[in-house]
Amino acid sequence: MIRRARWLTLALLLATALLVLLGASVGSTGFNSLASLRADPMGAQIVWDIRLPRTLGTWLAGALLGLAGAVAQGLFRNPLADPYLLGSGSGALLGVAISMAAIGGSPFALSWIARLGLTGAAFVGAVCGVLLTLTLAQGVQHTLRLLLAGVIVGVVLGAISSLLMLLAPEIMQALQAFMLGSTGYVGWTACGLMAVPLVLCAIVAWALSPALDALSLGEATATSLGLPLPAMRMALIGVLGLATGAAVAQTGLVAFVGLAAPHLARSLVKVTHGRLGLLAAGMGGVLLLAADILARWLIAPQELPVGVLTAVLGGGYLLWLMQRRTRSGRRSLL
Amino acid sequence: MKKLLRLAVALWMGGIGVALAAPYAVTDERGERVRFDAPPQRVVSLLPSLTETVCALGACARLVGVDRYSNWPVSVRTLPQLGGGIDPHVEAIVRLQPDVVLLAQSSRVAQRLQALGLKVLTLEPKSHADMQRVLGQVGQVLGLPEAESRKVWQGITQGVAQAAAAVPAHARQARVYIEVSRGPYAASAASFIGETLAQLGAQNVVPASLGPFPKLNPEFVVRANPDLIMVGNRSMQAEINYPGWQSIRAVREQRVCVFSADEADIVVRPGPRMAEAAQIMARCLAEKAP
Repeated sequence: MIRRARWLTLALLLATALLVLLGASVGSTGFNSLASLRADPMGAQIVWDIRLPRTLGTWLAGALLGLAGAVAQGLFRNPLADPYLLGSGSGALLGVAISMAAIGGSPFALSWIARLGLTGAAFVGAVCGVLLTLTLAQGVQHTLRLLLAGVIVGVVLGAISSLLMLLAPEIMQALQAFMLGSTGYVGWTACGLMAVPLVLCAIVAWALSPALDALSLGEATATSLGLPLPAMRMALIGVLGLATGAAVAQTGLVAFVGLAAPHLARSLVKVTHGRLGLLAAGMGGVLLLAADILARWLIAPQELPVGVLTAVLGGGYLLWLMQRRTRSGRRSLL
Repeated sequence: MKKLLRLAVALWMGGIGVALAAPYAVTDERGERVRFDAPPQRVVSLLPSLTETVCALGACARLVGVDRYSNWPVSVRTLPQLGGGIDPHVEAIVRLQPDVVLLAQSSRVAQRLQALGLKVLTLEPKSHADMQRVLGQVGQVLGLPEAESRKVWQGITQGVAQAAAAVPAHARQARVYIEVSRGPYAASAASFIGETLAQLGAQNVVPASLGPFPKLNPEFVVRANPDLIMVGNRSMQAEINYPGWQSIRAVREQRVCVFSADEADIVVRPGPRMAEAAQIMARCLAEKAP
């Protein structure tokens, strides 16, 4: 299995490299080979300032979501858990909705929020969403309570965002774009702002993966193994919140990557949570980047919302895997 | 006695009014013919541009209720608000006993209101030509002579022409990018704003073939390298640029017009304030175009 995991790692790295090359070649003019871009006077600048940061940033966002998804599914022992489960998604949405609605309101709000920026507002919103969930669940000890509190926070904050959208219909279109995921804003700064949390979260998740492995045997067993479970759980929730917040702030609520990536990784290899987290991150990055390239390419110079494509690609691939497994008579996936 | 006399006069005048008004019918955008026995005196509008149209035709006093987004002219802000086009308060509308309800095509409430016995017209201007037609239709509904709506339309076109004449010659060659909301969603030459821009003589960098409000790849704008950018305030474009946009000439030379919320209402809304919209855009062209 370890060997298969190595093969998968290699395949993911290869796919990433290929997709980065492709990402640098696809833009508002459809596909241009890099050689033809060199002849184009604006080509170098467009590749360097727009396509490369967007390509790398999209991979990073996908990786953050994939890692967060693997942590969430391990932590809650629930295959349907996804990174937005703890209210970070709806919190980010509300943060963005409030700042968009406030713009055009008082000049004070304008200057204050403008300094924070939509990205900052989304990140603050995501963190507040997670904190609210933790408060309502009275800590991290009860998985079910945490899950329910997360769902409730998600629904309520989502409803408030919808209300804001109804009251200020000018923000509807921009907010819709945020909800479907938008990778068009990612620049070099954004790449940095995602790379640092990714490295941090990956290290912490790797270090704490024994807790997730133990948890998969049940909470009682995990406790009996003598692990400092509460502290580890708190740290893992920190990872979940930070990874999701960092991704959501830059790219909006991209659907399905965080849910599908760990499943895709798990369907290809059976590994412990340490490796699974990293593989899910790679898988998430590849999935989101592939979706983004298609989103830019299919109807260039217009763009499709990237979230639509992640759902189609990730969902389609997952379905195909399930079909193949059942047909070949092996134990069905999931 | 005096009171009785006044009543008699009022009845007599009313009688004349009824006698003069022959039944008439107006066809709306669903193709439905709505019959009126007399010009409606109590009008509800559930779309800001229709509210503005009623008022532009001088029938503002007949409005008894509007949607929550209608904010011009100022007098409509004191009227009862009946929810939005998407979520109208059916009960509040029925309670007002309007003679006619004007609403957008996208509103789902039309059938419900009709079933409750109200007269409903769906009209939704989306282009200059639509605006001219809707002006005529609303005039018909209100029982105004055709000359009235024609006069208003002439006033609008004259205003637009005046705004166009005020654009200096050097600004006429300007290539303009208009962003309506963050995404970036642009206003192409096929949109209402795009039509106004075309009348001012400036060029739109987003062609009509992409549909009225396409979601563009930000790279498209860098490649198009517009001379001037116009944005609605809500898109926060002035605060946050897209990656790589520093190289656009308009951004580098700060040739960006950010419309305030009120201005954005005028510019974005397809309504009878087209001439004002043209003036706002002309001012932007005169001040910022290279």
